[in-house]
Amino acid sequence: MAILSRETEAKAATLRAKGLTKIYRAGEVEVRALSDVDLDLYASEMVVLLGPSGSGKSTLLNILGGLDTPTHGQVFFQDQDITATDDTMLTGYRKDYVGFVFQFYNLIASLTARENVALVTEIAQNPLDPVDALKIVGLGERVDHFPAQLSGGEQQRVAIARAIAKQPAILLCDEPTGALDSKTGIIVLEAIETVNRELGTTTAIITHNSVTAGMTDRVIYLGDGRIVRIDKNRTRSPARELAW
Amino acid sequence: MVSGMIKALDIKLLRDLWRLKGQVISIGFVIASGVALLVMSLSTYEALRITSDAYYDRYRYGHVFAGAKRAPLHLEDRIRALEGVQTTQLRISMQAVLDIDGFTEPLMGRLVSIPEGRQPDLNQLVLRRGRLVEPGRPNEVIINESFANAHGLKLGDTIQAIINNNKRRLRIVGTAQSPEFIYVISPFALMPDKKRYGVLWLGRKAMEAAYDYDGAFNDLSLTVLRGTDTRQTIQALDAMLSPYGSVGAIDRRDHLSNWFVQNELTQNQASARILPTIFLLVAAFLTNTVLTRLIITERSEIGLMKAFGYSSREVGWHYAKFVIVITMLGVVFGWALGAMLGHLSTDSYARNLNLPMLIYRPSPLSFVIGAVVSLSVGLLATARAVSKAAALPPIVAMSPQEPPMFHGNSGVVQELMDTLDEPTRIIVRQITRWPFRAFATALGFAGAIAMMVLSLYFTDAVDEISRTHFGELQREDVALGFNDPQSSVVLTEIERLPGVLSAEPMRVVSVDLVSRHLKHRGTLHGISKGAKLTRIYDVRRGPVPVPAGGLVLTSRLAEKLDVRVGDQIEVRILEGRRPIENLTVADIYDSYIGMFAYLDIDVLNRMLKDRSVTQYVSASIDELQQEELLVELKNLPAVSTVALKSVAMSNFDQTIAETMMIFVGFFSAFSFALGFGVTYNAQRIALSERGRELATLRVLGFSHRDALYILLGETMVLVCLALPIGCLLGWLLTAVFVNAGGFQTELMRLPLVITPASYGLAIVVLLIASAASGLAMKRWVDRLDLISVLKTRE
Repeated sequence: MAILSRETEAKAATLRAKGLTKIYRAGEVEVRALSDVDLDLYASEMVVLLGPSGSGKSTLLNILGGLDTPTHGQVFFQDQDITATDDTMLTGYRKDYVGFVFQFYNLIASLTARENVALVTEIAQNPLDPVDALKIVGLGERVDHFPAQLSGGEQQRVAIARAIAKQPAILLCDEPTGALDSKTGIIVLEAIETVNRELGTTTAIITHNSVTAGMTDRVIYLGDGRIVRIDKNRTRSPARELAW
Repeated sequence: MVSGMIKALDIKLLRDLWRLKGQVISIGFVIASGVALLVMSLSTYEALRITSDAYYDRYRYGHVFAGAKRAPLHLEDRIRALEGVQTTQLRISMQAVLDIDGFTEPLMGRLVSIPEGRQPDLNQLVLRRGRLVEPGRPNEVIINESFANAHGLKLGDTIQAIINNNKRRLRIVGTAQSPEFIYVISPFALMPDKKRYGVLWLGRKAMEAAYDYDGAFNDLSLTVLRGTDTRQTIQALDAMLSPYGSVGAIDRRDHLSNWFVQNELTQNQASARILPTIFLLVAAFLTNTVLTRLIITERSEIGLMKAFGYSSREVGWHYAKFVIVITMLGVVFGWALGAMLGHLSTDSYARNLNLPMLIYRPSPLSFVIGAVVSLSVGLLATARAVSKAAALPPIVAMSPQEPPMFHGNSGVVQELMDTLDEPTRIIVRQITRWPFRAFATALGFAGAIAMMVLSLYFTDAVDEISRTHFGELQREDVALGFNDPQSSVVLTEIERLPGVLSAEPMRVVSVDLVSRHLKHRGTLHGISKGAKLTRIYDVRRGPVPVPAGGLVLTSRLAEKLDVRVGDQIEVRILEGRRPIENLTVADIYDSYIGMFAYLDIDVLNRMLKDRSVTQYVSASIDELQQEELLVELKNLPAVSTVALKSVAMSNFDQTIAETMMIFVGFFSAFSFALGFGVTYNAQRIALSERGRELATLRVLGFSHRDALYILLGETMVLVCLALPIGCLLGWLLTAVFVNAGGFQTELMRLPLVITPASYGLAIVVLLIASAASGLAMKRWVDRLDLISVLKTRE
């Protein structure tokens, strides 16, 4: 017990959620997307959120990333309660500390890969050079291509480069490989792995694909808006060894 | 089964309409504006035409009018015997100075004889109050209603008139209107002046006695049977009356009041044809642009419907219904608005013109035209866009749209691009990627500016006319007229009057100007060579000197007679000894108003074998002594006309304000609606096309303001692009409008003058409209649902 607590102290929680509850009201129907969820994400760790559709994964991720606000409960980022702030503060939180990757890449079609990344570095406090960010995801050769000139996997890697170029404290990925075939998906996961390793970014990945769990430190299972169980991996397997 | 599905589609239709209600309303508004303008203009024109025709008919307005110095009444039998003549009316009609207690400015009136105790056979009175004059009461008078109202005169009040050099006090027993005095215009005036010029109907016996016209007349009107050629009647009358000092007979067409009415109607007709056409075309263009882009955003839904098994035709019909509903909403609203405004504007005309009746029965034509034009344009746009979307295989239409291909730039362009920040780069690439679409949108903005310029142009035109006429041409402060020509000694006498600084002679005679088969019956102005007050003024060249012997004509008149400088014109003077002489056209000048012919007054006097004689005097006066002078003038019995320029000017402005500006006001309002509709739609569509990118930027940590910048920045660039195009287009539209027939009437020619202020205002209005719709966009951007936008497929 004592050992466990010492270990927890050593690894400071970057993000701490307490008693998160989210209730959506659609007309007269109340949907309880999250029920009293507690979760800590530690510096440099990589976690995966697994669970069936409607289990509350995305809702949790959106609240952690400052895209949505909980009905009850609090989220502390470096001991500051981000749920108590207004929209401008949340925008600032996203701008400075959070990187997002979605299933759909959401690149700006009118900007090249480099410019899509520069979009973020221009407003960030301590950004990487856009080209360096693209090199990390293995796209150093394609910086001047427009989205229409890139494959799906390449577009997703530009999205990852864009998410990490600001050197965020947290990288949140919602189904990053959902629209990709397995080979391309693994390349994308490798990129995320590289980012986590080289930059030490706390990373949370939502997926349907339990195979992904092998490359992470912890596996968080959700069901019916609650955390059902948390497994710790003794070792992380490299992404390139995953197969599905 | 099928009907169930169709029903579901119709529900989708309603939901879509509701979802896009902002755009539906603003497109509907643009359409409504065009339709309303069309219905308003056409129905006003129709109503005025029908009303004036009915008025003329019911109150027996004459077909031919003639004047003479003094002709015997026994001519009536000979006149009646002329071919086709139906009814005749021989009257005594005189110009007189009036005096109303407490009103110092000069007043004038036209005295017209009527039979005692009954309506005249022609040119009957619409008795508004009181009764007709009774036999044996020579001091009873009926005055025209607008004059009575302008002075607050009631039955039983009295009014003084200088009749044949005697002051007479007349008692008002009735007020009336008459079809021959719809426009009551004094000599010299450009516009009717209700307050300073009145019509007084006196008993025939009273007029006979006062002017010593026993058994004589000086004014004639008659009606002819249908199908009679009035030209022959006029010729016969001229021949018959020439020994009696005829000034030439004229057709109803040239009768002053009706001439004004017809000019007004012609202008109305022209604006009813041209303005709404321009407006509808611009509105149609906008509708087209907006609907095309709207349907492109429906691409994946079209794919989905096709995947379900709907044919391209069914899909097309679905969207056609969508457009029909939007268009018809606009059309029906435009109908109602147009009919309402048409009634309002006809009503205001009727009140201004003192028409005793108002027949507002718009024919279905204008309504049908408005609907057909709007619908066909809308459907055409839809058909093109839908067929393009429906031509895609469903799977392609449904799958996320490939990111559009952008290309990098090279060289200087790239260097320039490098200096931009990313949001600005997005704006620039967006525009350069679809240059045609951007241009079309900019053209829409430009169209809105152009419509504003055109609507503001009217004020500029009127100002310019007023400036040249009153500032350059008619520079005297007061014009005096005498019942009979006076020896030029009178000039010296007038110069001696209090406050008179200088005076110049002028003579105006009725003439026929003939060139080959072309003839113009009008007036010839004789002015002195060194005239400084009443000048000949070319709107482009400036003052034109009075030539030694030849004629100077306005270009309108030269066109009518088809003559050039150096050509000969036969001048037939219709007064005095009625001399006929050939004169050379010495100069032709451009003017905005009227068909004038000028001649050296000495030459004119020589032609008439008169010694130095003047009939009018233009004078400049000391404003401080104006009151004193006016009192003095009232006591000069020889003076029959006193016209103050300041009064004429304000009256001109007021009349214009009352008639033209109603129309211009509505027109400007519609143009504003157009501007707002265009910008709102352009931005709303940009938002639906770009919502995803904007949401992405918000997720990445960009503020509302940054997102709004990208959305509105594109619009602002296009607006800036549109400003010069819009001004140019406005000028072009105005030029088309001015040169289109109908606006070049004999009374007035519209100058093509647009002030920088008008361009400026048009620009400001568009900027305001786009700012207003930008504010509406801000609400949308603030409410962007970041999560749902990003989690849904494109």
